[in-house]
Amino acid sequence: MAVAIILGVLGIGLLWLFIGALKGREVDRRVIFVFILVAVAAPLLVNITFKFEPTPIVQAVFDEFESLPEGSTVLFSYDFDPAMAPEVQPMANVLTRHALERGHKIIFMCLFATGEGQFNVTDREVIQPEFPDRVNGVDWVNIGYKAGNEGVLNVIVTDFKKMFPTDVNGVPYDSIKIFDKIKSCKDLDLIVSIGGGRPGIKEWVLFVGDPGNVPIATGVAAVVAPQLYPYYPKQLIGLLGGVKGAAEYESHFKKVYPKYADMATPAIFMMGPQTIAHIVIMAFIVIGNLIFFLGRRKEGEEA
Amino acid sequence: MNRIGIIVFAGVCVLFVTSWFLKGSVGDATMTEGFLITLSAFLTLAIMSFLYKDNPYYKFAEHLFVGVSAAFWMTMGFWSTIVGNLIPRISDSLGAWFLQPKGEINYFFLLPIFFGFLLLMRLAPKGGWLSRWPLAFIIGTTAGLNFVRYLRSDFINQISATFVPLVVDWQGFGHFFGNLSLSATGPLVAMVGNFVIFGGVICGLIYFFFSKEHTGWFGTASRIGIWVLMVTFGASFGYTVMGRISLLVGRLTFLLRDWLELMT
Repeated sequence: MAVAIILGVLGIGLLWLFIGALKGREVDRRVIFVFILVAVAAPLLVNITFKFEPTPIVQAVFDEFESLPEGSTVLFSYDFDPAMAPEVQPMANVLTRHALERGHKIIFMCLFATGEGQFNVTDREVIQPEFPDRVNGVDWVNIGYKAGNEGVLNVIVTDFKKMFPTDVNGVPYDSIKIFDKIKSCKDLDLIVSIGGGRPGIKEWVLFVGDPGNVPIATGVAAVVAPQLYPYYPKQLIGLLGGVKGAAEYESHFKKVYPKYADMATPAIFMMGPQTIAHIVIMAFIVIGNLIFFLGRRKEGEEA
Repeated sequence: MNRIGIIVFAGVCVLFVTSWFLKGSVGDATMTEGFLITLSAFLTLAIMSFLYKDNPYYKFAEHLFVGVSAAFWMTMGFWSTIVGNLIPRISDSLGAWFLQPKGEINYFFLLPIFFGFLLLMRLAPKGGWLSRWPLAFIIGTTAGLNFVRYLRSDFINQISATFVPLVVDWQGFGHFFGNLSLSATGPLVAMVGNFVIFGGVICGLIYFFFSKEHTGWFGTASRIGIWVLMVTFGASFGYTVMGRISLLVGRLTFLLRDWLELMT
């Protein structure tokens, strides 16, 4: 009902614009901004959500987590900043939740200095409230940020300790239990790079995945997703592209693990405004083209 | 500043202080948290005000962002690169002074310091040419390091990824038509997908092959190639729109939930 009302109001507005444009009235760009604002804000206020099914590329990431034996070691690289967080943080949270639920051990690190702050969000929203029994250093560890971009990856593909002599709290590498059997990235069962900038997923594939033959899954901001699709399925085992990918994953995770039915699903929540905004943008593209072709025909008739 | 500008400025100040007071005194938030939420909301609205037209509030927010970013990255560069990566490797006592864990001393790391100073020679009126040596080193090592990686991952492996079977799970026509489905994991969709990859790559390459005139079957393949490119650009545009809308959703969620508390 709420969707119908919002689309109805927007539709009437678009029709008014279309008629006005046919009469020769120019559409101010600020009018378009107002339409997008309404299309995004209204679904947020009335909380419109849709159902999602995982696409094969998202399902592949989910299946990888499921197929790894309990106690496998997964590295999560938080390669993003607050600007990318609305899109990417939901992925980081749900993937961390899934890994911990399956009993995997997690090494957190970041190639973005701001990634440490984003890890704190996951720690605050997922690890501490939902997995308080998991011990830092045994079940998970945060080794933080190191400057050097792909240079860092070039070192840790053969030797972790050389680049990360301690964790983020200054605990020496040798006394961190999770590193008992992990000497380099080649010893990891899976790497999950979450981000959308540089250094990021591409560098992980180039400097660790391919030379070290380590499986890599990823969750990325929508802007870079099309550039990474060619790596699937040989160089990336799966990919969560933008908030849509995150929504598919959240939806499937809740379905498979009913005990998380009440968990926060920010990506699913964000897809409501996304859908309405996309409909409005498509309507503007259609209206713009219609006006262009009608105007050209009119000019032809006059000539 | 004209009279309208002064009135708007006064209005913004009153709104800011009111919001700060209300956020800090009502509910669980402290005055500090109230100030931070109000400041975030003010900066968000200041940046968004550019959509109407350029104005001093947008300029203020933009300059603040650039200044804070520059300071942040300079600080991070010092603490993570110079203190984190370099100092523990050249001096135990200096490392301890910076509260860094003890590292393996390696005087080879004096070389980056030397190169770093050479880079700064760019600022010297007569010694600018010296900065070319570390630049040459940086470009040379980066090119050498990336060449091998890109050749393997973005060239050989990508070519190999286009060698896909055009016929998937073939067990005869009877089996194929008897189990025909549009499932994303079914053989029909896989075959169509593989044909698109194969044909798309060939036609895309033909479009960029200019040693033969694009006429006849070659021209047709070239036109298909440009369609493939257009579809790719369209997909990129669609994803970009999704990304930008996500960011808008993020900011509006902050304004409507954290600031105005209109959402739960």
